Amino acid sequence: MYVAVKGGEKAIDNAHAWLAEDRRGDPSIDVLSVAQIREQLSFAVNRVMAEGSLYDPQLAALAIKQARGDLIEAIFLLRAYRTTLPRFGTSHPIETEKMSCIRRISATFKDAPGGQVLGPTFDYTHRLLDFKLAADGDIEEAELASKPLDEAVPHITNFLNAEGLIQQEPNTDTEPGDLTREPLELPANRALRLQSLARGDEGFVLGMAYSTQRGYARNHAFVGELRIGDVTVEMDIPELGFSIEIGEVEVTECETVNQFQGSKTEPPQFTRGYGLVLGQSERKSISMALVDRALRWKELGEDNLGAPAQDEEFVLYHCDNIQATGFLEHIKLPHYVDFQSELELIRKLRREAQSHLQTQEAAE
Amino acid sequence: MSEYNFAYLDEQTKRMIRRSILKGLAIPGYQVPFASREMPMPYGWGTGGVQVSAATLTPDDTLKVIDQGADDTTNAISIRKFFQKTAGVNVTEKTAEASLIQTRHRIPEVTLREDQILVYQVPIPEPLRFLEPSEVETRKMHALEEYGLMHVKLYEDISKHGAIATSYAYPVRVEGRYVMDPSPIPKFDNPKMEMAAVQLFGAGREQRIYALPPYTEVISLDFEDYPFEASKADHACDLCGAENSYLDEVIIDDQGGRIFVCSDTDFCTSRQDQTKEEAA
Amino acid sequence: MNTHLLQGGFNAPPQDGARAFRSIMNAMARPGRIFDVSGALPPTPMSVACGTVILTLCDPETPIHLAPSRDIEEIRHWITFHCGAPFVRASEAQFVIGNWEEMLPLKQFKQGEAQYPDRSATLIIEEPEFRNSGAALRGPGIKDVQYFSLPTIAAFQQNAALYPLGIDFIFCADSQIAGLARTTRVSEE
Repeated sequence: MYVAVKGGEKAIDNAHAWLAEDRRGDPSIDVLSVAQIREQLSFAVNRVMAEGSLYDPQLAALAIKQARGDLIEAIFLLRAYRTTLPRFGTSHPIETEKMSCIRRISATFKDAPGGQVLGPTFDYTHRLLDFKLAADGDIEEAELASKPLDEAVPHITNFLNAEGLIQQEPNTDTEPGDLTREPLELPANRALRLQSLARGDEGFVLGMAYSTQRGYARNHAFVGELRIGDVTVEMDIPELGFSIEIGEVEVTECETVNQFQGSKTEPPQFTRGYGLVLGQSERKSISMALVDRALRWKELGEDNLGAPAQDEEFVLYHCDNIQATGFLEHIKLPHYVDFQSELELIRKLRREAQSHLQTQEAAE
Repeated sequence: MSEYNFAYLDEQTKRMIRRSILKGLAIPGYQVPFASREMPMPYGWGTGGVQVSAATLTPDDTLKVIDQGADDTTNAISIRKFFQKTAGVNVTEKTAEASLIQTRHRIPEVTLREDQILVYQVPIPEPLRFLEPSEVETRKMHALEEYGLMHVKLYEDISKHGAIATSYAYPVRVEGRYVMDPSPIPKFDNPKMEMAAVQLFGAGREQRIYALPPYTEVISLDFEDYPFEASKADHACDLCGAENSYLDEVIIDDQGGRIFVCSDTDFCTSRQDQTKEEAA
Repeated sequence: MNTHLLQGGFNAPPQDGARAFRSIMNAMARPGRIFDVSGALPPTPMSVACGTVILTLCDPETPIHLAPSRDIEEIRHWITFHCGAPFVRASEAQFVIGNWEEMLPLKQFKQGEAQYPDRSATLIIEEPEFRNSGAALRGPGIKDVQYFSLPTIAAFQQNAALYPLGIDFIFCADSQIAGLARTTRVSEE
């Protein structure tokens, strides 16, 4: 005798208990501390902060621990936490010109004021597994620079600006929208597009950027400048009547310089793509700059080549990994009611097709 | 629970959702954009319905949550628990006792009353989406009342299959104006949508809310020579004997044996209980 | 600012707001039916119902227009303190508060846009009283016909003719409200 399945509640509780046990792994191995994750898995922490849109290394590390290293799950934890936080106000725009850089490179000039600073990068490491790390070896302290980097390092694109060779970005006082407070409406302005890309999935944005390099709306990007470092965050405090520094955040900024032949509306000049991401994330910020540039075809009077990276609606509606993974994974939920209606329909259509066939045969 | 506000959402978010609900009721079937929040459950798992319920629940409500018509499906349990924890509301599995019902994919079999609210979880609120992927375009089509594409699609079905090949999420026209997605309910449920209760639809990921006031005219799209048909499996329920309820097909052995049972579990158990009582 | 302006808000905002919204939602879903609302005690001459609707629906994101009879310093301060809504001109308002006589012509308010008909004003109209008699209302939310003492008929007919654009209404008297949506078809009987 068939009995409808009951006991879902118990199943959920048991699943959660099992999950917690699995998270812990072999109990004879030391528990991983949040501080260890924060300090030693910093790129994971950075990605979770960037796509979680919340600058808090400690919470990001906790989320990574809780998610067992599933970064999208960790991003989700941070996002869900973030929505419940009260908003005290809006900071002033950060000034990346005043960044204290730990890395700053330009691919467009051999040298420039402020210099090329390689900083802590994987770039020229040989990708050989380092078995010393497996043996728990400690590292030697890196040598300190004889003199620290100048306080303010000018943006490379300013040199092109001075010559009038690069398209100008008009300064506006329009307050940028907030994707997390207003539903996305199309066409979106550049501020909203950048906001969406900054919290977009690194893999998605990378894939889109790569597609432009391979010829789908190719936009010939040079890394004009890539810089990583801390910037101060200032906020007006109405009660005080002036603004104060409320902290520092680490960001990665990329400005690309793109070849441009000119269009119906614009003279030949260089154009820009822009990427800015919380934490150290070069791949993401460069990708973001390339996609930003591709999405600007309309304002620069370029042709729509029908490339995916030019399609604002396609990019913005699909770059958020929390939306994407939720909807993708929801097909695990029961759909048997809809499936039943499909079963009935298929059977009906087959019956009709069959009887149609039979009448045809009978006629022949 | 003091860590969270009543029904989880902060008051400003609730006001934003409430304003969208009111405009939705004033323009039945029109999708009102709203600034959906990230909820502590994944997009696609009922975040729209949960936000609408959170903005609508009062401490005096009795909540019922169903998924596929059943109260005991895992996601229904998870959502019910969420509101028990964050809003402290009473919960029930009995349709008649509920003042607010959140549902995924079904409308209960018993007729809903004026003092009840039905909240639907909606994955893709745009009925034209599978014909036109661009939101910019579909928004224009709704504004211009340009629904030819939908009729062409349905008509192509007929010429190809001899019938309209849509069995769930079957599009409806509301008050002769907006074409609306009824959410992925089987088309068997479509005629129930002209009801006494308020119906609210929440699509979290897609950031849309829409609504139907009681007794709003809701007509399933069809053609004169191919009228709409609210179909179900041609059986009676093997557990309660109901002949007029939507049925799930359950495979019971590996020799192709199957039985048909009501998808609305409360409807089915009440009928079985009644039979037992009468027998006693 | 007078200390009494700091009073008259919800005692328990989440619960009071939720109960008030249920009445407001029912009013908008069932045009012409009368529902009770309470929770707010605004300065006179604003009714309890009107104050409660404002606290339930308005905040810094919703520009309000006060018609002359309600554009009183005490009311402004009360709204600013309790919900922080900005005050704007009639043509920019999401919510408009006043007497019926002050609302005409209706076309001075936001009617919505073809692609976004929801971007239209909601008028919160203070009435000395209302009853379930008078104009006959038909349409969504109404089973057959609902009677309601509307202040006029022509203006509501013109508004309904704009559908799906148009304005929506919440009538307030003491601690009662009734709604009227743009979908409601109004006739003399």
